[in-house]
Amino acid sequence: MTEIKTVGVCGSGTMGAGIAIVAARAGYRTVVFDENADALTRAEAQTESFLAKSVERGKMAEAEKSDVLARFERSTDISAMASADVVIEAVVEDLAVKRALFARLNEVCPEHALFASNTSTLSITEIAGGCGREDRVAGMHFCLPAQLMKLVEMSPGLNTSPESFTRAWAFCEALGQRPVQTKDSPGFVLNYFLVPFNNDVIRMVEAGVAEPGGIDQAIKTGLGYKMGPCELLDLVGLDTQILLCDAFYGVTHDPRAAAPPLLKRMVAAGRLGRKSGRGFFDYGRDAMFGG
Amino acid sequence: MTTHSIIDSGDSRSFPSSHPLLDNSVEDGAVAIHIGARPNFRPDPSKLAILIELGTECLGVHTGESRGKEGSNVLGFARFRLGDGEPSDLIELVRQPDTDDAAIEAARAVLEAAGLTVTVCRDFAGRILDRLIRPYYNQALAQLDQGLATADDMDLTLKLGLGYPEGPIELLERTGLEHHHDVSKALFEVYGDHHYAPARRAVVAKMRQMRREQ
Repeated sequence: MTEIKTVGVCGSGTMGAGIAIVAARAGYRTVVFDENADALTRAEAQTESFLAKSVERGKMAEAEKSDVLARFERSTDISAMASADVVIEAVVEDLAVKRALFARLNEVCPEHALFASNTSTLSITEIAGGCGREDRVAGMHFCLPAQLMKLVEMSPGLNTSPESFTRAWAFCEALGQRPVQTKDSPGFVLNYFLVPFNNDVIRMVEAGVAEPGGIDQAIKTGLGYKMGPCELLDLVGLDTQILLCDAFYGVTHDPRAAAPPLLKRMVAAGRLGRKSGRGFFDYGRDAMFGG
Repeated sequence: MTTHSIIDSGDSRSFPSSHPLLDNSVEDGAVAIHIGARPNFRPDPSKLAILIELGTECLGVHTGESRGKEGSNVLGFARFRLGDGEPSDLIELVRQPDTDDAAIEAARAVLEAAGLTVTVCRDFAGRILDRLIRPYYNQALAQLDQGLATADDMDLTLKLGLGYPEGPIELLERTGLEHHHDVSKALFEVYGDHHYAPARRAVVAKMRQMRREQ
């Protein structure tokens, strides 16, 4: 079995940047690929800022921060993935895009390299289909924010070999993460439950059963959840909830997964949640969570 | 401070044991609170508010409804509790379209003074929490049957991924699957939505309970 030394991360959005931090922090040389140079630059700045905060909060020594940063390489050229032993894709949640990416990676990466998809809703089997190494593809769904959350939902596709899945599982543990196995099923566990649940909350607001603040208070007091669903939707972004609904409903045709009319109206009105300063709640300023 | 009286018909799910709300009851208080499974109240406009403990039924079952204009000084309430678990500090306070705002505020004041957290909602079966969580619990039970993940992995995923204090399977086992069956079935009868139809494992638990009690 080839030792994993280099981790490739495709996509430098919120998830890709977080996953890359996890890999570099665990000691792996980490190569990040994104065709968008601005996205790479932005992710680099976010990474430096996150690690500086970690030092500030006493979670990491200054020297360790420098070591972690030194493990990063960034490129807009996919051939940078040629040295990767594992590639984790975290590109846009679009089946055609992910399939095309894996097909290109198959031509660039060494034979032994494992491919992992961070998809939250799409089928691992379908993403892997036709890429040329379906036996070496697994689902690795990190939770948001990846650099802080330990959980990873791991799913084998229909053609994933047991040996590859075992390697991917061991790699996940070596990252310091906590893998749980789920079937290659729409939404895996988290989004399977969360997307329709949040839609039910939105429909409840729309039906006038209770105010968003009342629903959040009920959930937190009655069930002991740390965050209410309306707060969570505002944090994730209502536009993102629509994307999740579209992806999930497209696969399951479950009416609970379909985007509720109120959600669409709020997005049309520019009420996207924290990112726009207003969603179910008014934040009074245009700042990111924790900003 | 607003005074209140407790009228107890027995077997209250909201207040099965001692609580400051019960301890501070007075004779002929300004707010009348009917607790227990068999409330028998009479309208009384002289009260600031009259509260009726609800099970799975709507407040309208007790007050009557007319043309969407029902409402008075009568409110429903339930202290949220899952099956055999301890009651939470949450009171779902149920209003109707034309309920007096002063009655809501008087009820809120009395309940909050007893250390409870009050959330106001409209008069729908299942109020807020049961209406939201029963489909989720049915889904979890169904997916356990379909092998989405093991019970332990499903619980762990939801705890680690979403910060829930307890996973759905362990929670249902702790509080009683048969109780989930009863609530879910009651909501299914009202809404006719198959997501409320009790999952197979809940039906099995209910049938086993019935066999034990035969």
